[in-house]
Amino acid sequence: MVKISRLLPALAVAVALAVPAAQAKDWKKVVIATEGAYAPYNMHAPDGKLIGFEIDLALDVCKRVNLTCEFVAQDWNGIIPGLNAGKYDAIMSGMSITAKRLEVIDFTRPYSNSPTTFAVMKESPLAAMPDSGVRVSLDDKAAMDKAIKDLAPALKGKVIGVQVSTIQADLLNTYFKGVTEIRTYPTTEEHDLDLQAGRVDAALASTSYFASTLSKPGGDQMKLSGPLFTGGLLGKGTGIGLRKSDADLKALLDKGLNEALADGTIKTLSLKWFKVDISPPS
Amino acid sequence: MDFAFLIDTMQKLLAGVPLTLELTFVSVAIGAALAVLLAVLRASFLPCEWLVRAYVFVLRGTPLLLQIFLIYYGIGQFAEVRNSFLWPFLRQPYWCAILALSLNTAAYGAEIIRGGLLAVPQGAAEAARVSGMSGFLLYRRIILPLAIRQALPAYGNELVIMVKSTSLASIVTLMEVSGISYAIISETYRALEVFLCAGSIYLVINFLLTRAIAQAEAWLNPHLRPATS
Repeated sequence: MVKISRLLPALAVAVALAVPAAQAKDWKKVVIATEGAYAPYNMHAPDGKLIGFEIDLALDVCKRVNLTCEFVAQDWNGIIPGLNAGKYDAIMSGMSITAKRLEVIDFTRPYSNSPTTFAVMKESPLAAMPDSGVRVSLDDKAAMDKAIKDLAPALKGKVIGVQVSTIQADLLNTYFKGVTEIRTYPTTEEHDLDLQAGRVDAALASTSYFASTLSKPGGDQMKLSGPLFTGGLLGKGTGIGLRKSDADLKALLDKGLNEALADGTIKTLSLKWFKVDISPPS
Repeated sequence: MDFAFLIDTMQKLLAGVPLTLELTFVSVAIGAALAVLLAVLRASFLPCEWLVRAYVFVLRGTPLLLQIFLIYYGIGQFAEVRNSFLWPFLRQPYWCAILALSLNTAAYGAEIIRGGLLAVPQGAAEAARVSGMSGFLLYRRIILPLAIRQALPAYGNELVIMVKSTSLASIVTLMEVSGISYAIISETYRALEVFLCAGSIYLVINFLLTRAIAQAEAWLNPHLRPATS
């Protein structure tokens, strides 16, 4: 019943908006769909309200461009068809901008780009890897070559755990094959278990994921180490999903996001929710 | 049918065959030795029948998947284990998988061999005793050969199942045939073709294995061979 009661306002709004959205370019109110189950991007508070990084960011951006924004919870499956069917106007749900999604919907500029980095045990010799905390873009060949050269002696012969078929696994296979032993796991939780058991020397995942790992029991024994990788095969980050026909809304939200990025709001919110800065490059 | 994709997939999967075979043979070798020991212990006068019963009950009554998980992720949680002499082995997914597969097949094997031992005719053992054989000699010359002959068809089943059981080793990061097929599927989303290729590899391995078991059966049953002129 909860789901239906949540969907009803969404449907009502969709009906109300379907007509004006099609004709007028005068956006006043935007309904944003989110999953509500992807902490800390978005989640339900104990009282049922939606909270999280994306909710805070949307409220800030909407104020900047004089929009009234309202969130609805929507299952991840079907979140894109729902947008194109006009049930809501935007998606903010930790959704990465990928070529496949760009075939069916449009995206604003990225508002977060969680870098990829290593997690190790605190007492491990890898606890202070070279270039720790330094952002390295895979698009910058010189910086990447230097980072690999710096890391190679430390990582030589070590075992790195990574989730199978992720952008992080791609990164290891592309840049560190032959230097380290790469062990692939079905889920990220399993490489965390093996990191704690000492079977792998480091795990590679996104910093936003590790933020939740480090706050779990046993997480205080772990720390992040090594460069913060972005760009290249790691993609552009997460953006607000929009219908392809709403170029005017995209322009508005891009403007708001650019301002929020420029004055450090995204960084502040990121530190609040993730404990690390995952704001995208401007 | 995309034959280029099938050929490419087949090549990637074949790279996992040595590991699949290795897991099978090493764990069957260890498991068979353990199974004979358990079966003999249970049949012997030593008061350890309940111990063997308990072992078989637990290992046969729980899923192999859980046993692999418990041995790999469970045991590693204890600092005592991580600091012990066993850790160089238990640290590696390979030996954890071998341990789980061996212990599991030993439980089934022990029951199969017990059945074989029970099927040895009393008269054969009595005749051997009358001829002055006893103890180890009696087992080696008379009881075990007859018991193995009786048990082989059932044990052949267990061997075939073991080949397929190695596919569970992929959950502890071992990239045998199934592990590689999961990785290919999560990249290509083409489950049908990849699983068909993986399935046909297991089919070929088990075809060769069942032929070998049939040969062994014929060799152990000279009295059933057609007379040659």
